[in-house]
Amino acid sequence: MTSRHTLSVLVENKPGVLARVSALFSRRGFNIHSLAVGPTESPTVSRMTIVVTVDDLPLEQVTKQLNKLVNVLKIVELPGDASVTRELLLIKLRADAATRGQLTTVVDMFRAKVIDVAPESVTVEATGTSDKLEALVRLLEPYGIRELVQSGMVALGRGPRAITSTGGRGD
Amino acid sequence: MTTPSPVAANQAAAPAASGSAGPAHRGVGAVVPPRRPAVRPDATGEPAAHESGGRDHEAQAGVATPEPLQERLTGAASVVRSLEELDVDVVFGLPGGAVLPVYDPLLDSTKVRHILVRHEQGAGHAATGYAQATGRVGVCIATSGPGATNLVTPIADANMDSVPLVAITGQVGRSLLGTDGFQEADICGITMPITKHNFLVQDAEEIPSVIAAAFHLASTGRPGPVLVDIPKDILQADTTFRWPPEIQLPGYRPTARPHSGQIAAAADLITSARRPVLYIGGGVIKSGASAELLQLAELTGIPVVTTLMARGAFPDSHDQHLGMPGMHGTVAAVAAMQRSDVLIAIGTRFDDRVTGDLRTFAPGASVIHADIDPAEISKNRVADIPIVGDAKDVMRQLITAIEGIKSDGRVSDLFAWWAELDQLRESFPLGYEEPADGTLSPQYVLSRLGAISGPETIFTSGVGQHQMWAAQFINYENPRTWINSGGLGTMGFSVPAAMGAKAGMPDTTVWCIDGDGCFQMTNQELATCAIENIPIKVAVINNGNLGMVRQWQTLFYGERYSNTDLGTHKLRIPDFKLLAEAMGCVGLRCESKEDVDSTIEQAMQINDRPVVVDFVVGKDAQVWPMVAAGTGNDQIMAARNIRPLFDEE
Repeated sequence: MTSRHTLSVLVENKPGVLARVSALFSRRGFNIHSLAVGPTESPTVSRMTIVVTVDDLPLEQVTKQLNKLVNVLKIVELPGDASVTRELLLIKLRADAATRGQLTTVVDMFRAKVIDVAPESVTVEATGTSDKLEALVRLLEPYGIRELVQSGMVALGRGPRAITSTGGRGD
Repeated sequence: MTTPSPVAANQAAAPAASGSAGPAHRGVGAVVPPRRPAVRPDATGEPAAHESGGRDHEAQAGVATPEPLQERLTGAASVVRSLEELDVDVVFGLPGGAVLPVYDPLLDSTKVRHILVRHEQGAGHAATGYAQATGRVGVCIATSGPGATNLVTPIADANMDSVPLVAITGQVGRSLLGTDGFQEADICGITMPITKHNFLVQDAEEIPSVIAAAFHLASTGRPGPVLVDIPKDILQADTTFRWPPEIQLPGYRPTARPHSGQIAAAADLITSARRPVLYIGGGVIKSGASAELLQLAELTGIPVVTTLMARGAFPDSHDQHLGMPGMHGTVAAVAAMQRSDVLIAIGTRFDDRVTGDLRTFAPGASVIHADIDPAEISKNRVADIPIVGDAKDVMRQLITAIEGIKSDGRVSDLFAWWAELDQLRESFPLGYEEPADGTLSPQYVLSRLGAISGPETIFTSGVGQHQMWAAQFINYENPRTWINSGGLGTMGFSVPAAMGAKAGMPDTTVWCIDGDGCFQMTNQELATCAIENIPIKVAVINNGNLGMVRQWQTLFYGERYSNTDLGTHKLRIPDFKLLAEAMGCVGLRCESKEDVDSTIEQAMQINDRPVVVDFVVGKDAQVWPMVAAGTGNDQIMAARNIRPLFDEE
């Protein structure tokens, strides 16, 4: 059954690790939907959040192969309903004195922020789930999007447990 | 092509002058017992049950750990000292600009013997042959760029066949990295998908720990190739050599000990099976578990099949051995798996050459799959009882569990199963027909070679018809006596692998079996063998063609022979006898059945030089039985158009 999966991968903070991880997906022809890499509470450890659309069985296989990478410390699949997920969106819109007011109303409704203003443009920052950001973009589209950039998804499991204390997939 | 540029050669003069630490430290190394690097942190993981893993454990526990060493020297000397401390006795390599600094202190090493090959591919396969024959880590050295890329094929080969290999490559200096410098290749990037792991050394201080980590990774868990790439300026830098180093591999935790619940479930299933088969792979040889396999097989009475990588894991002379399964396996071995109710797969990976079409493979079997690599389990065939663990530990625990069950009197009767299998073995034994055109039969040559040279002999092989005949018609009684390229199917593997095997086992007879196609890919290493006093014996099964490809053209391409005639028959180019002699070997030729025994015996008498025998055989001999690619195993043909399993039903 094909569905979207979110993998949290703890890796050693070393050169080349991203290439090793992404190569495992590309080798099997899996397309990575989104990927976010960043530091963690430990300076020697980075955390990747990988979103892939793939069947369950090949996912299990690729997870096992990820676990074999020497620089990979831990892999946990985050269940959609028991995790919080966020993406960051920056969007530059056409806006002059006439449209700026309406635009700000939309921005406020989404608890987004205007972070740069010029005579004929506005840049907006928003965070949220994919669905929320998609809705925001739909509403902003009529004003004219000049540029848009969006981060990969980051995610944490709900509740008090940390990834380091839960059992990893394929362990 | 690996000749250093004038610039690179000048640079190399610098470490030669500063490499004075070389001779000074050797005395120290000689009196101190070997130290084992401590692998940390490893709180949750167990070291694998391999030799080095066990020793690591001792070092960690502080048993008889001598005073740590500390010496001032160059990065290059640190490489050589690390190899010495790891008890490396032989390395295969070829120098060039970027790796030249390593070759200077290597000249002074009394512990590490360097064998100068003629091509880096030879160094890689030789290291594999050494590793497969001895069970130790094989080491090869090459320079940057073309030197390193010439190692790509042997590294990929070692990766497919899980061979413990460490490749050390020189790299351009850090200031040139990524600038398309002379002889620069991103070998870490290139080998990323074909190594177990690789390292680009960033600091001379970390050389001992990286090399120790490379050996640890290569030899523990599922063995595999590890590449260490070292920029030239790091080799030239002054540094401190500290031994034993601390290895930090927090993400590496191979599982050796199997789960007891899974063992119990497997033992239950095994003892209640009516048609069980032990499907044995190369992992059993890697784990040194032949004795356990023999015990398990005799305890249960279950038939055994050994894959191409596992030939020798179980004696061919044993009555429970059905032979090799797969595309060119015996009818009995293939049929046993197809009709089994329980497949006990140990150290094997359900390769497509074994299973044929997966959808029709062993349709009625429950699968117990034990492997040290969790990623192999349920990869191709879903396992009903997965067991992650070392083959030796798995079989030991299975034996204990099954003994317990047997003492309760619960054992299923395999009488009917054996009656069926015995009938298949009798009806469809391995065999061949003498060629109608009166030419020499290659199968006859190989069966005589096996019989005359005896069960202690190590055989290496290239890839193709000669490989299959060698797997079929030579009887293997001992592990590590059959060395071939199974997974990657690397033509040209045999001569350098034989060189490596002989360098590791100098007192054992090593026969290199090769085809005339394979032989022309890597025979330059015969010069190395002649000069380095590595007296291997080569049997060229010369049918004048790329035989296996020709066989497929006969069967599947309407006998249209496109580009398979090599001219080694028609034109006798090259003349293998003269070629051998030109490279300092004895050259012999055998063209008739009557001369086979005497020629082999003559070759067996020559031990001061390599010998090459050109066995001129017929071009029409074919490898049978055969499961054609893409078809199911039930379609196995004992000979052309004879389908014993299919026609029966």
